[in-house]
Formats: sequence, C-alpha cells, structure tokens
Amino acid sequence: MMAMGPLSIWRSPLIFLAILAAIFGVLPLLISQYRMSIANEILIFALLAMSIDVLAGYAGRTSLGHGAIFGTATYVIIYWTANLGGSPWIGCLLAIAAAVLMAAAFALFAMRVSGVYFVLITLALGMIVWGVCLRWSNVTGGENGIRGSGRPDIIADPFVFYYVTLAVVLFFAFVIWRFVHSPFGLSLCGIRDSESRMRSLGYGTTLHMFLAFTITGFFSGIAGVLYAFFNNFVSPSTVELSQSVEGLLMAIVGGVGTIFGAFLGSAAIILLENVVSQYTARWPMVLGFMFIGIMIFAPQGILGALKRQATRKL
Amino acid sequence: MTLAGINLLQILNGLTFAALLFIVASGFTLIFGLLRIVNLAHGALYLFGGYIGYTVSSVTSSFTAGIFASIIAVALLGLLIDQGLVRFVRGFVLREVLLTLGVAYVLDDIALVIWGGDTFSVDVPTLLQGAVHIGGVFYPKYRLFVLGLGIVVFLALWLLLNRTRLGALIRAGVDDPEMAEAVGVNIRRVFLGTSMLGASLAGLGGTIGGAFLTLYPTADWEILVFSLAIVIIGGSGSLVGAAVGALLVGMLDTVGQVLFPQFAYFVIFGPMAAILAFRPMGLFGRAT
Repeated sequence: MMAMGPLSIWRSPLIFLAILAAIFGVLPLLISQYRMSIANEILIFALLAMSIDVLAGYAGRTSLGHGAIFGTATYVIIYWTANLGGSPWIGCLLAIAAAVLMAAAFALFAMRVSGVYFVLITLALGMIVWGVCLRWSNVTGGENGIRGSGRPDIIADPFVFYYVTLAVVLFFAFVIWRFVHSPFGLSLCGIRDSESRMRSLGYGTTLHMFLAFTITGFFSGIAGVLYAFFNNFVSPSTVELSQSVEGLLMAIVGGVGTIFGAFLGSAAIILLENVVSQYTARWPMVLGFMFIGIMIFAPQGILGALKRQATRKL
Repeated sequence: MTLAGINLLQILNGLTFAALLFIVASGFTLIFGLLRIVNLAHGALYLFGGYIGYTVSSVTSSFTAGIFASIIAVALLGLLIDQGLVRFVRGFVLREVLLTLGVAYVLDDIALVIWGGDTFSVDVPTLLQGAVHIGGVFYPKYRLFVLGLGIVVFLALWLLLNRTRLGALIRAGVDDPEMAEAVGVNIRRVFLGTSMLGASLAGLGGTIGGAFLTLYPTADWEILVFSLAIVIIGGSGSLVGAAVGALLVGMLDTVGQVLFPQFAYFVIFGPMAAILAFRPMGLFGRAT
C-alpha cells in the first residue's frame, strides 16, 4: 500500500502553514528578546528536522549525517564572510552549494544501502566531516572555530531576522511538503515500502535515492546558512554527531513522516535543552536517556515510518 | 610526496594500530553478525574499559589487573545494556541502533562526570617499556606487544569460532537462529555470551589502546568510526573480514597521517567507497 503519512487526508498544507505562521508570527510580540532568539533557533532546527524527515519518513532511510551537511553550510558562509571578507549573499549561495555537494558526496556512498547500513554510513561520513573540521585548523580554526562578521545590515535587527527566518522556513516547509507529495516523493514512498518492487517496475531506485539525499542536503544547507546568521560563530560542535542526533530526535518526536511535526519536535527538544541547561551541564545524558526512552516506550504513532521500516527486514 | 616516504617505522605503526583496531572491531563485528545489533555504544564501552583499566592499574600498580578489570567490568556493562535495555526493542533493528546511540551518550556523559575531561594514559608495565632494535629502527616494545596481542586475539577467536562446540553454536546462531533453537540450542544464552564477549573485547581494547593512544572524552567516537569503517569494509560478522578491514584501515590511516595529516580521516573513505560500490555487504559479508 502506498502509505502517504498521516497528513494525507489534509489535501492542502496551507492550513498548517497558516497556523504555524500565526503562532510564530505573534510570539515576538508576547515574549522577551531572549525567548525570541530561542523561537528563532526552533525555526532553524525545524528546517533541519524536516530535511531529515523527508528521508526518514518518505524514503525510509534514517540519516545521522545531516548535521554535518548543515554545519558545512555554516562553515562555508562564515569562512567566506569573516576570513575572506566576501559578500554574505554570495556566501549564502556558496554555502548552500557546498551543502548540496557534500550531500551528493554522502549520497554516492549511501544511495545503494538501506536500514542499518544507511545509518552506519551516514554516521561515519558525518564523523569524518567533524574530524576534518577539527584538524584542518588553519582553515577551520580547529577547536576554537571561527567567529562570523555579523549579519548584513538589512537583517541585523533581531526582529527583522526573526521574521526573515520565519518566512524562509515556512516557504521551504511548503516546498518540502510539495516535494514529498510530488510523483517523485510518491516513488520514494514506493522505494521505502518495497525497493525490489519499484526496481522491477522500472524505477531507477539508486538514482532516486541519490537525488532525494542531495535535495534534502539543499534544505539542510539553508538551515545551516540561517544558523550562521543566527549564531555568528561556527566550531566543530556545529558539525558534530549531536547535531544530527538532535535533528533526528526532533523529527521522531514530531512524528516521522509528518513534515510539519518537525516544528513540534524542534520546539520540544530546544525548550527542554534550555530548561535542562539552566540546572545542570548533563544535557548529553538527558539527550541519551530521551533517545533510549523514546526507542523503548514511544507509541507507534511517533515512530511511524521508522518502525514500519525496522520491522521489514534485516 | 610519494609512498617512498613510508618507512619501516610507519609500517610498524600501521600494523600495531591495525592490531588494536582489530581487537575492538572484532567485538563489534561479532555482535553485529550474530545478534544483528549494531552497537553504537561500542566506542563508549572502549572508553569505559580504558578509564577503568587506567584507574585500576594506577591504584594496584598492576597493568594485568587493569586489563582484567576492564575486561570484566565492560563485559558486565555489556550484559547490563543487553538485558536492561536492548531486550525491550529486540527484533526492531533500527530502534536497537538508535537505542545504543542513546546509551553511548549516557555512558559518555557518565565517564565525563567520573573521570573529567582530562587526557589519561595507562601506564605500561616495566617489562614492556623501552624499545627493541629491529630492521635498523628502534621500536617501542609495547607496540610490538599490541601487535602480538592482536594476532593472539585473532587466533583465539578463530579457534573459538571454528574449533569449539561454543563456536559451532555461535555459527549456527548466525546462520539460522530459529533452526538452532528448534534443535535444542539455548540460543538466548549463546547470544548473551557473545554479547558479553564482544563487549569485553572493547574493554580490553580500551586498556591496551589507552596506553598508546591516550584516553580523552571524544576518543570513543574516533574508535567507533574506525570500527564502522572496518565492518563496512570487511562485512558484518566475519572475523577474517574484520582482520583485513583493520589492516586496511590501520595502514591507510598511518600512511594518511604521514602524507596529509589534516585529512587522514579521509583516506579510509577510499576503500569504503570502492567496496560499497562493488560489494555493499563488505568483502567477506554474506547477503542476508
């Protein structure tokens, strides 16, 4: 059966986008500037989580490498603007291009495999990116990272930047929604449900996976650029595994294969991280226990496609 | 720069590093092959083993005590993870993988609480200190010991798997767990034993590696990536595959460190890419 995810009854995503726009649109009027920056971060990571959800929920592939793709874009734009003094707008293009290229490189490794092997390969590739960022210190600044040169004047104001982020993220949420409900997205669902059947129907499943992975890299790259403007600093922790792990956790918490659930997941994880960090430095432990807890107790709804994929083979 | 820059010293470095990687990755591949569990906490078990080995060998000033302590403690930790957590998601491969990822985070953070963020090095016993003269170079005795230990572990595991009743049970479990169970094998106990054996190899690797690679908070992830590369290259569950993979990765990493130190990590990409393109199940892996 062509399972299209729980949202298939809603033919139009505009209702959800309107609700999200309303909620996130009025937030800055109600909360402090510090909290607004948290909301800003939630939006950025929602985009990362959505890009992971395209693969997890529709192509049935769980990636642990998208944090590294996201961080690649952040590194490129900050290096371009701060170290080379380039224009931030060209930097955006370069950063997104770098993320897409990185995703394409990942895809060459990962396009033929599924299940556990896909997790392992994306994990290993992401770790390699992290290792290079850590050791290539004359370019990446090693552990010290690189401080950015600030946002361009036009989006320097936090309010303006918040609304720009909101507009960009909602726009790409719509694009991603259209993408997964396009014929291409439906054939991804077909590959998820039975790759051999799709292949015997004449679909180039490997090429489909390559393109799907690369396209999700594009979305992660945009999130990475927004994060560069938001954080104005990049270090190996931007590309580290935790970034991918948190992104995946957001997608899972929000509901795999729901796309817009990513906003919920992102909000839950980032708010929790902020609360936990006020009391203790043990966030990694909390993150780990959350992962364990969700994997053991999570209701079927939250696991969604992950479970469907897991029960199938291997 | 060319390969001419590689001398005997680097070859020995590569071989000894490969021996350590084999010890760690053989445990990883055993668990992967038999239990179908990709234990992403394997690196964390390595680091835990190393820290425990460090603490015990400093307190008792006995390297041997440190090794045994790390083997036993990590085997028990493996048992605890398997029976306490993985049990609840048994059969759901993806949930298992992500669960062990969560376990890795928890163990990492516990290690950070107990041992802090400093770098430790396990003390080498006097017997293995100093260097020996071979082929025109002076080479640390300890690293030769690691090389020897790697070979011993390989032979021991090979004999265990191929020449003992337990090995036959394990191989039966790999091939067809249900059939093995149907002919009266208590497959659960075999699984449990394998999972503890695999974990204890990580613990052993931690203490051994802790003496020449040092132990620090992210060391576990680096070892995990090497183990992943080895299993991807060698194929899951194959001992020979793990040995060949470890040799390839160990040598390539050492060559890479010499030729382009900043991108040494990249070098293990090459064989991984070639193997994934032509043999997605690894050199010695079997299609399932």
